[in-house]
Amino acid sequence: MNTAVATDTIDTSFIPRDPVKDSAQEAFHKLTETVGTPTVENAKMRSRDVNVFYGEKQAIFDVNLDIGNNEVVAMIGPSGCGKSTFLRCLNRMNDTIPSCRVTGDLSLDGEDLYGADLDPVLLRARVGMVFQKPNPFAKSIYDNVAYGPRIHGLSSNRAELDDIVVDSLRKAGLYDEVKDRLDAPGTSLSGGQQQRLCIARSIAVSPEVILMDEPCSALDPIATARIEELIDELRQNYAIAIVTHSMQQAARVSQRTAYFHLGKLVEVNATNDVFTNPQHELTENYITGRFG
Amino acid sequence: MSDTTTKVRASLKKRYAAEKRFRLYGVTAIAASIGFLFILLFSIVGKGLPAFKSTFVKLDVQLDSATLGISDEPTEAELRAANFGGLIKQTMRDRFPEVSSRGDKKALYQLLSTGAEYELYDKVKADRELLDSTISLWLPADDELSALIKSDADLSNPDSIVTRMSDKQIAWAKSLKDAGQLEVRFNRTFFTNGDSREPELAGIRAALMGSAFTLLITFALSFPIAVAAAIYLEEFAPQNRWTDIVEVNINNLAAVPSIVFGLLGLAVFINFFHLPRSAPVVGGIVLSLMTLPTIIISSRAALKAVPPSIREAARGLGASPLQVVTHHVLPLAMPGILTGTIIGLAQALGETAPLLMIGMVAFIVDIPASVTDAATVLPVQVFLWADSPERAFVEKTSAAIMVLLVFLVVMNALAVFLRKKFERRW
Ligand SMILES: Nc1ncnc2c1ncn2[C@@H]1O[C@H](COP(=O)(O)OP(=O)(O)OP(=O)(O)O)[C@@H](O)[C@H]1O
Ligand SMILES: [Mg+2]
Repeated sequence: MNTAVATDTIDTSFIPRDPVKDSAQEAFHKLTETVGTPTVENAKMRSRDVNVFYGEKQAIFDVNLDIGNNEVVAMIGPSGCGKSTFLRCLNRMNDTIPSCRVTGDLSLDGEDLYGADLDPVLLRARVGMVFQKPNPFAKSIYDNVAYGPRIHGLSSNRAELDDIVVDSLRKAGLYDEVKDRLDAPGTSLSGGQQQRLCIARSIAVSPEVILMDEPCSALDPIATARIEELIDELRQNYAIAIVTHSMQQAARVSQRTAYFHLGKLVEVNATNDVFTNPQHELTENYITGRFG
Repeated sequence: MSDTTTKVRASLKKRYAAEKRFRLYGVTAIAASIGFLFILLFSIVGKGLPAFKSTFVKLDVQLDSATLGISDEPTEAELRAANFGGLIKQTMRDRFPEVSSRGDKKALYQLLSTGAEYELYDKVKADRELLDSTISLWLPADDELSALIKSDADLSNPDSIVTRMSDKQIAWAKSLKDAGQLEVRFNRTFFTNGDSREPELAGIRAALMGSAFTLLITFALSFPIAVAAAIYLEEFAPQNRWTDIVEVNINNLAAVPSIVFGLLGLAVFINFFHLPRSAPVVGGIVLSLMTLPTIIISSRAALKAVPPSIREAARGLGASPLQVVTHHVLPLAMPGILTGTIIGLAQALGETAPLLMIGMVAFIVDIPASVTDAATVLPVQVFLWADSPERAFVEKTSAAIMVLLVFLVVMNALAVFLRKKFERRW
């Protein structure tokens, strides 16, 4: 019984083409300028005409985007559209991928990210990152959180370090679950707990900007709510960029939302506007679920 | 029933049968290897065990200054030149007064090891008070007699014994044995002496120390160099044609026959740098050349196995590239690196060919005290003894192999211990 049929022999011309999809595709190809307000006054981080290449393949096209002080910028878009890639430009994590090449201007507080004054080590202490997949160190829970403060010499004695660790774990909503076993290996935690540990680890350094790549994708609603609360708290002092696949989350935590599509930044606007009144066809298709 | 169910069910039996077959192959392979290992161990231990025992003859020696030909207050030099051999012969003659002909006397003296007089000398040198008194002493027996006693042969029936000893000698031995003057004891000499032409005096100590010194040099050179090279190549070096060439060459180096390294050592270290011949320092350098590629390759594999996400996490927190390596990557890779090191060192421990080229195949009587003293190593000692004609060297050979194996086991145990220390639960 052979059910497999070679698809290239089937005539598909009888299938009606989706007019929405076609016009959106056209609009995308025509897209040269981002719709909305990608720039803000007194931005914490600025990016101008950023292009990223993986070898020959271009992953990001001419992106201009600012992250303001005390604001959360959400980045949304279909899988593979370059959200992580762009986020990783902001603390030069892409440097470590040999095939990756970044062009354009990126700055933190007006300082060129690639300038001589801003060493990548210093930059990453100032711009923290939470990764898409939890990646705790092969060390104890305590040492995971204490690692950043230790290498940067942020505490002068053990008591101070203890305070930083407990405080960070509390902020990440993990303290109550692990307070009895701070010596247990970080990898012995569940996936969601590990992710919160990674969040605690990055806020322990008190960075100025925090980049979060789908921080809640492995979390249950309660932990997610805790993290969202944390993001809101952190916003008082930091600038935050968060990649998320959950539109509700973007709507809840962010002030501005950026929609990426196939490496281009299609639209940036106040979060409310993006979700209630999207300007670009592609954005509308995406948030109404017509495009995945 | 759906189509999938029937198809899966039909194939299930075959799949399980295949698995069963595969398991059977596995069990057979393991059984075979264990079997061979046991045969090997049995034959070596069976042959080698007697070497750890040796026969001693108890004699009442009258330390007469006149017989020794020394004054009452002998100087060091006088003592060294003293006629201890004559004294022992005298003692033997006194024990068997009936022996008179020259030939018989000579045969009688042969019952004792030539090392007996040195033993006596050592004793007197340690305590001058013993002079001019009579002491009761256990002296080493000759290897033929020793073998005879150890094999528990029936001395009253000389015809049944296969030995190079004459019937008269056997009779004397029986007399000694009946008087309780023959005893089989633990052979300390084997562990305290260097090599000797006399099997009963030959020991493993010189080769053991030689091996220890050589491996020490090998480890001290190859471990840090190899690990540093692996870290550089894996974590820091740019991926370009040069690193490719280096990588290919390291892999090739691992496949070079070891004797070539010996020739290199001879040409470079001995003939050009004039390092001492036959010395563990040269052996160690040559062997570390041989071990380097092994450790580099396994260290690189261990470093590669550390998940990249750990590196990203550390870098994301602002750790410098070196901190990433020393704080996170290296501790995680350490067990693998140690495994590679122990494989490399075990190889080096068993190596003979390159050492032949640099003269470590010498007949070494003195225990080497430093890495520049002339020395030999355990496998070479095995080779030398296996080549000796005396029958007693057969058991020495096996005993030396046992010592070599124990050395190896101790080394491995150390590595396992260290690995356990680094390899915490995560
Ligand atoms: N290391 C890499 N080497 C080559 N190409 C890469 C690499 N990382 C990402 N890419 C490519 O770059 C494009 C953007 O990837 P990116 O990871 O930024 O997507 P994303 O928007 O984060 O997707 P997701 O939502 O699934 O995480 C993809 O087409 C991907 O295949
Ligand atoms: Mg991503």
